[in-house]
Amino acid sequence: MKTFRILVRNIRDGLKNVVRNLSLSFASISCITVTLLLVAVSMIGSLNVENFTKTIRDDFTIVTYMNNELTEDQENEIKAQIQKINNVESITFESKKEIAEQMKEESEVFNNIITSWSDSENPLYDTFKVKVKDSEKISDTAEKIKKIEGIAQVKYGEGMIDSLMTIFNIIEKILIVVVISLVVVTAFLIVNTIKITIFSRQEEVEIKRLVGASNFSIKQPFVIEGLFLGLLGSIVPVLVTIYAYSFFYEKTGGILFSHFIKLVDPYPFVFIISIILVVIGIIVGMFGSSRAVRRYLKI
Amino acid sequence: MEFIKLRNVEKVYPTGVTAIYGLNLDIKKGDFAFIIGASGSGKSTLIKMLYREEKATNGEIIIGGVQVGRLKNRKVYKLRRKLGIVFQDFKLLPRLTAYENVAFALEMYGLPKDEVRMKTLKALDLVGLKEKVKSYPNELSGGEQQRVAIARAIVNAPKLLICDEPTGNLDKKTSLEIMKVLEVINNLGTTVIVVTHDSDIVNKMKKRVILIDQGRVKKDFEKGTYDKNDFTKDEDVQKAFVKNEDGE
Repeated sequence: MKTFRILVRNIRDGLKNVVRNLSLSFASISCITVTLLLVAVSMIGSLNVENFTKTIRDDFTIVTYMNNELTEDQENEIKAQIQKINNVESITFESKKEIAEQMKEESEVFNNIITSWSDSENPLYDTFKVKVKDSEKISDTAEKIKKIEGIAQVKYGEGMIDSLMTIFNIIEKILIVVVISLVVVTAFLIVNTIKITIFSRQEEVEIKRLVGASNFSIKQPFVIEGLFLGLLGSIVPVLVTIYAYSFFYEKTGGILFSHFIKLVDPYPFVFIISIILVVIGIIVGMFGSSRAVRRYLKI
Repeated sequence: MEFIKLRNVEKVYPTGVTAIYGLNLDIKKGDFAFIIGASGSGKSTLIKMLYREEKATNGEIIIGGVQVGRLKNRKVYKLRRKLGIVFQDFKLLPRLTAYENVAFALEMYGLPKDEVRMKTLKALDLVGLKEKVKSYPNELSGGEQQRVAIARAIVNAPKLLICDEPTGNLDKKTSLEIMKVLEVINNLGTTVIVVTHDSDIVNKMKKRVILIDQGRVKKDFEKGTYDKNDFTKDEDVQKAFVKNEDGE
């Protein structure tokens, strides 16, 4: 009951202090807002890049072209052999006829050329699309498939995909470092901003100490104040995250540059990011206040 | 039984300045004692050690059985709740009313609202400020502000009231009024220690007077002996007051 009474009083005081020291509160809040915005952008960027990598990895297929003179039995035999390879997850067969149909739909030019072919003139190959379990070992698997008799050619994006993955990995790591350092920098900025606000209330802290307030009960209203500052500071970043990202997603149709770079669906993605932002804001605000007030307490 | 006991207390500041040398002092429960001394005599250091704002370098300070010197910083508040402190500059919070200034200490201890109200009004009544509970410090005279500060100091019924130059900012008439308030509090059983520069007050109150000089107790006039020794005629005491009037 006693603790509860003190807590209620301190929540009231914390709120009052945010309002009373409005200009300094505003400084702290905008400081949190700006950094949280940067954190939001980096986080959205980093998670999207991770998503690109994941979807591209999922799409990794080894396209196996078979010699044209093979019979259906022979093709089935090859399929069985591919299936025996450890890293193979699934195999889909596409006949050259199906491929021709697909290509017809892709463009007018293809359509004109392909309609002129008769079935026997079709220069395309029957193919197996092989999905692998572990994309890291894709080149090994491709080598094994290549050795099977009756295979004309094996393709799997080779160098292009490898370098793309490396680039994405680097971008992702950089963004993670950016997010972490931003959070650390904000924490320091907040500590300093709140230190200024507390400096102007040094006398209050001193008097509280003199009348016998425990360090904890002096600290608590400041920490609660920090919580409110963090909460208020995260409003704008949360709104920006929710509306700007959804808007961006709609404008681009969820696709960036090329059809295989897909953006993360905005829902529930933006809400998860928002929750993380609020939590970061609150923790940083509370930590900042708590560190800042320490200086004026003899602990 | 000594309520306050100082044994061979020594205070050396980190700068190397020694403020108190092997000081011994006893103050009984219910005593009213003035501490006088020239600026830089160490009297401020002495009372700061009593409420543990400063820590004695050597020696023992015992208040009501508590070894003040051994208190950990984070436990100091427990001592502070048992004593009241009054300052020359009042140290009131300007944004709180007289009532709130007195009540907030009790609120911080987590007392229920009714109890806070009862104790606060009682303390304000005792110092004669019943009519001004809703005034802010800047609406009160210096004497009234000091009364609020005294009310705050005694609201938790402390055993000891420490006053650091409580009348330093007040005129003679108001100073005497404040002293009367302190006397009433003393009569209710609280031990009162007053640091002062004001020779008039010391003369009129006829209480125990402890003269601190260069970090030591130089003279200690017991109550009652005062009538026989007109202590303001004492050369050392004269010097203490003169120095203060010059220096401050």
